[in-house]
Amino acid sequence: MINKIVASVDEAVADIFDGATVLFGGFGGAGEPQELFAALLRQGAKNLVGVSNSIGKGDKGLAVLIGEGRIGKMICSFPLIKGGEAFQQQYRAGRIALETTPQGTLAERIRAGGSGIAAFYTPTGVGTEMAEGKELREFDGVPCLLEKAIKGDFALIRARCADRWGNLVYAKTGRNFNPIMAMAAKVTIAEVDEIVELGELDPETIVTPGIFVQRVIKRGRA
Amino acid sequence: MIPTPLTKEQLARRVALDLRDGQYVNLGFGIPTEVSNYVPPGREVVFHIENGALGLGPAPAPGQEDPELVNAGEQPVTLLPGASLFHHADSFAMTRGHHVDIAVLGAMQVSERGDLANWKVKGADLGGIGGAMDIALGVKRLFVAMLHTTNRGEYKIVKQLDYPVTGLACVKRIFTDMAVIDVTPDGLLLREVAPGFSVEAVQQVTEPRLTVAPDIQTIRWTL
Repeated sequence: MINKIVASVDEAVADIFDGATVLFGGFGGAGEPQELFAALLRQGAKNLVGVSNSIGKGDKGLAVLIGEGRIGKMICSFPLIKGGEAFQQQYRAGRIALETTPQGTLAERIRAGGSGIAAFYTPTGVGTEMAEGKELREFDGVPCLLEKAIKGDFALIRARCADRWGNLVYAKTGRNFNPIMAMAAKVTIAEVDEIVELGELDPETIVTPGIFVQRVIKRGRA
Repeated sequence: MIPTPLTKEQLARRVALDLRDGQYVNLGFGIPTEVSNYVPPGREVVFHIENGALGLGPAPAPGQEDPELVNAGEQPVTLLPGASLFHHADSFAMTRGHHVDIAVLGAMQVSERGDLANWKVKGADLGGIGGAMDIALGVKRLFVAMLHTTNRGEYKIVKQLDYPVTGLACVKRIFTDMAVIDVTPDGLLLREVAPGFSVEAVQQVTEPRLTVAPDIQTIRWTL
């Protein structure tokens, strides 16, 4: 019998190792796996490579992991946001590396990572500082940059509802990077509000099929 | 009487007049965000947000905010009947794949060739690029809405960018509090000036040479 539901959030993140690449879902507070962030902080893994749209803000989630010096490198599109001082302090002290990536390129690199595509060409970033060190090639007269796929050892994502096969549906703009990150990691851990019986999710409306999800943790079971 | 430039609301209203019935439109931060409030009656314009929705409605009533429904600026939003939700790769397929008709972005500088700088202050170590580079190169038509000069009176419409580049030759039309200017293969074409301003007054705060449209008009922000 397949049962991806894990009993505790600490068990869900127990094997995240030092130096792992971890994809973090969420955008602007929507669709952020806050209980998984907290569990990862307790768990203690360090020197992680983090992939996320931004660097988190305030006193929760990714911003705390960064502030505690647990992330060695961030790949993101928004390293500079209001409330993002934790990252800025670490960066200016030389304690964290940064790869800034245009948001659409970030999404496509993750999608490629989950789809067996090693790299792709895109016009986004040509003529900008994002082009430094990247192959430039013209297609039909349009100059393009070669961008490499991103794959994760783990993805920490948030969804609204799951079943025991790991099928997921999301809440509004809480979807954001979560479905593509689920595709791009060896181990995807989904934090959900609700777990339903098999068959209760309409197959026509499942957004992330369970093949992309390895573990499900229901919120409030910390 | 000394003429006054457009207010930010008037500028947003002027931009909104250029949105046509049936268009899909992405709005950036700042003045562009306000444009959605002023779509002329009778036109159905579908607003796209990079974090995964088409069909944005008005701001929610106080107490009705949903933390799982926000725009790219993290402000709470609502969805109209007919709205759709999708993940980030699909969202950027819409912009990068030339499906979005118009994007309106703010700018720090625009060059006479339509090069755009809007993500990082000159000399800064960090900047938030977000979706600006993808949107700048991927939409069918890129508008910029900004004040004509910096608050220190420096040119923002320049011969050559000296701020970090967002995209080359991507801006098609510039809306400011003093003028509406098209970027053409022959340079900048001044199409409209704010009420009371002369062509010379606009040229004085614009670094590259402006060509004056034969049918130049005064900016109006209502139909």
